[in-house]
Amino acid sequence: MAMISSVRRARRAFAAFALLAGGTAFANPQPWQLNMAPGATSISQRVHEVHMIALWVCVGIGIIVFGAMIYAMVKFRKSKGVVPAKFTHNSTLEAVWTVIPIIVLIAMAWPATKLLVDMADVDNSDMTIKITGYQWKWRYEYVDYYKKPTAVNFISTLDADSNRIRQPGSGLDPKSIKDGDYASYLLNVDKPLVVPVGVKVRFVITADDVIHSWWVPALGWKQDAIPGIINDQWTRVDVPGIYRGQCAELCGKDHGFMPIVVKAVPKAEFEQWLATQESETAAAKAAATAQVAPQPATQG
Amino acid sequence: MAAANPAIHDVHDDHDHKPQGFLDRWLFTTNHKDIGTLYLVFSLTMFFIGGTMAMLIRAELFKPGMQLMQPEFFNEMTSMHALVMIFGAVMPAFVGLGNWMIPLQIGAPDMALPRMNNWSFWILPFAFLLLLSTIFMPGGGPQGGWTMYPPLALQGGVNVAFSIFAIHLMGISSIMGAINIIATILNMRAPGMDLLKMPVFVWSWLITAFLLIAVMPVLAGAVTMLLTDKFFGTSFFHAAGGGDPVMYQHIFWFFGHPEVYIMILPAFGIISEIIPTFSRKPIFGYQAMVYAIASIAFLSFIVWAHHMFSVGMPLGGELFFMYATMLIAIPTGVKVFNWISTMWGGAMTFETPMLFAIAFVVLFTIGGFSGVMCAIVPADFQYQDSYFVVAHFHYVLVTGAVFAIMASAYYWLPKWSGHMYSETWGKIHFWSSVISVNVLFFPQHFLGLAGMPRRIPDYNVAFADFNMISSIGGFWFGASQLIFVGVIIHCVYFSKQKATTQVWEGARGLEWTVPSPAPHHTFSTPPVLKPGMLAHDDVSH
Amino acid sequence: MESKTVAHRNASVLKTGAVVVACSFLFGFAMVPVYRIVCEHVFGIKLANGATSATTANLVEDTSRTVTVQFVTNVNSKLPWTFEAERPSIEVHPGKLTEVWFDATNTGGEAIVGNAVPSVAPSNVSQFFNKTECFCFTEQTLAAGETRRMPVRFFVDPQLPKSVRELTLSYTFYTNEVATRRLSETGSPLPAAG
Repeated sequence: MAMISSVRRARRAFAAFALLAGGTAFANPQPWQLNMAPGATSISQRVHEVHMIALWVCVGIGIIVFGAMIYAMVKFRKSKGVVPAKFTHNSTLEAVWTVIPIIVLIAMAWPATKLLVDMADVDNSDMTIKITGYQWKWRYEYVDYYKKPTAVNFISTLDADSNRIRQPGSGLDPKSIKDGDYASYLLNVDKPLVVPVGVKVRFVITADDVIHSWWVPALGWKQDAIPGIINDQWTRVDVPGIYRGQCAELCGKDHGFMPIVVKAVPKAEFEQWLATQESETAAAKAAATAQVAPQPATQG
Repeated sequence: MAAANPAIHDVHDDHDHKPQGFLDRWLFTTNHKDIGTLYLVFSLTMFFIGGTMAMLIRAELFKPGMQLMQPEFFNEMTSMHALVMIFGAVMPAFVGLGNWMIPLQIGAPDMALPRMNNWSFWILPFAFLLLLSTIFMPGGGPQGGWTMYPPLALQGGVNVAFSIFAIHLMGISSIMGAINIIATILNMRAPGMDLLKMPVFVWSWLITAFLLIAVMPVLAGAVTMLLTDKFFGTSFFHAAGGGDPVMYQHIFWFFGHPEVYIMILPAFGIISEIIPTFSRKPIFGYQAMVYAIASIAFLSFIVWAHHMFSVGMPLGGELFFMYATMLIAIPTGVKVFNWISTMWGGAMTFETPMLFAIAFVVLFTIGGFSGVMCAIVPADFQYQDSYFVVAHFHYVLVTGAVFAIMASAYYWLPKWSGHMYSETWGKIHFWSSVISVNVLFFPQHFLGLAGMPRRIPDYNVAFADFNMISSIGGFWFGASQLIFVGVIIHCVYFSKQKATTQVWEGARGLEWTVPSPAPHHTFSTPPVLKPGMLAHDDVSH
Repeated sequence: MESKTVAHRNASVLKTGAVVVACSFLFGFAMVPVYRIVCEHVFGIKLANGATSATTANLVEDTSRTVTVQFVTNVNSKLPWTFEAERPSIEVHPGKLTEVWFDATNTGGEAIVGNAVPSVAPSNVSQFFNKTECFCFTEQTLAAGETRRMPVRFFVDPQLPKSVRELTLSYTFYTNEVATRRLSETGSPLPAAG
């Protein structure tokens, strides 16, 4: 047990190091990426650990099973003149390979259960963000921040560059656009979701028209956005950076074109951003009421 | 074929009265062998139609950017590909194999309800004509995925009504087929053919048939509710009217998970026939094999919600479905271990059916591994609806179900046609398929783990390399199947090499006691079972 | 003789099969109520959009703790209304009957009937959230430009697990298309008597 936990600590330390060294590059899809990235939160790192345990267990069992098979195929060939054996069962063996998998499964289920319980604990959050899925964009509403209600509320859609290139037959090169040094085709938006680092953010997630699913792999989970129902999830981002994701539930024509970008910034920077957004929202509201009759933006 | 049939002096069967006219022979047939052939030919046709759709999908995904089609058409292709492959290719293939082989394996003269058998088949072409015709309708075919989740599926136009009606017809066809198989197995066995002497393939079909009659009507209910929600103003799934879109998913997957096993249990049966034959050794743990199939079937009813871990279920529900799903690994493991133990100590040869069977065991196990990984809820929050899941279910369905069907085609083709297929071309087909299918699906694990969602027509450049490899594998796998058709046509019409009655040296069972090709009527008088005739003669265990 | 009995047994398998199929078809529909019952009694998720059956008479206020109830409002994009809670959240003691107000305005050009669909997160604590009065129980008709204040009276069950300190009540307003059509045709959202 002690050994396992020290291995785990070492692995966690390595993951944290890799994150810092590689920056957020480690958390977003990379060319030739073979495995799940550990992500940007302690939860996503534990998800990665549970995934790795399952993966190595499967590799181990695979080596035994396929090894036995290859041995049998080499050894027990008719061309070698073997006389086929007549046995048809072996109770001891059959009991062994029923019981051992049960033990292996329990070993896999145990950490998964603990992690799942922690993931379900949405309480004690410091801020709430409401996410609404639309065909084919996301709306983010900053409901409150340390109990203080905010009016910040905006739509986040696919960025203009990606949108131009993705038109059928555009002939433009998807590799040609970059956000910073990341080739951001279809994984960039006009206005990202900004969240503070080190703050427990609770998301309440719903949808307007059809079912969508909000997935940022670096946060370690996806959550379906369902019309008429609110679901909740939470995250606490440890490392500042830009984390990219996409809608994960088929939602119609442009399902592939409603990405998610989460920009995690230090707390002070976030507060400044929030204040700017608040004043911009207030100014926009004042301008709107100055006009004769406010029209709903999404009528129809 | 009739002309190729030499004069046979067989105790059971020496007459071969086939109806002479084409319509009499095929449209009005009540003969289990002819209906089996019809099912198999239909399935192969559908396999190529669904495969063409897959080729279009892989072509669009060959590189980033939208080159070939509108996203609506892409969604149509993914939805139709799944419906055609599941209901048109895999299920009818198994029903066809059941029709052909179950009466031969249990010593029955025909299926129990031959006229219903005719209807079960002839409904299918009409169902698929309806379904495929929606592609040419204004607004196109279904674009909401084969799972047809509301509210998205209800945004479709007239195709909703057509595809739901087609699904009803497919359901009726499968249900009638299943009842027929149950009646045949329960009532038509030759004297002395006890339940626990039946071949594993027959057992697997008996259990599958029970699953079918239990869950196909539930699908019919679910799509009927969709239909009334769309056209008759009900609110089963409309949030606005007090309905719940998540409830559809529960009802659908209550059907959907057993459906997954409907597509794999007969494959288990086939593999359990082929491995003993080419190992020249009886199957290891016959009773354990039967009980494993039964427990997998039972478990399939209590794991459905693992298809929807991300809908926001309460913790207790997620834990229950996680544990129940993990349990399936145990009977499945028993089956894999028993197949290996059957090989152990045998005298193996590696003809094409055996090669496909071995590939099945290896690759299905890989699909099982990713299945266990998907059962682990916190990890599934990442895997769900990503390409990892696409890789998982194609490993169990293509290298699982489809490989088993191909293995069975090579295994029984000599019995059906009376000729040996070309072993060389069979082996070429095998190696070409087994390599390309891994080039096709293995990289999809990487794509999913890196964060690529499924059902998207275009993707970020980071996913480009593996998608291109996967597409190349896809075209290669698709082209390899033309070899399969060539081998079949050659075997049926051109092969000079006559098949013996037993065909395979290690083959045991009643189907290998009738001549090759199997005459139109067999076992008109029940066979007399002799020691050594059956594969599982003495099953004290 | 032999074949006759086999035919007989085949027919009885067919009959039994047909009965099983009919039952399982009906079972598909039975899952609609069963789903609600299981959600409510096994997982504590209330799906029914009705008033609570819990009595408020013997309600004991638990002053030892407070729970934050957050209000989230949504309007379906096909409905030209605005809809807001008077306050974004409120801190209450479990067991205290509380009233909050919501404002809905029809910004469109004609009268529309709307229905509000409630949802509580986390879903498994919805069993502890009781509404004694809610605008979501009835259809709401708003004339063009009309604003209505609508109350919700609720209490949080003192049995609420101690670990839960925050819950969210969400409402989504949808157009009630049938009633709206009736309104424009007959002048009343209610179906004709008889």
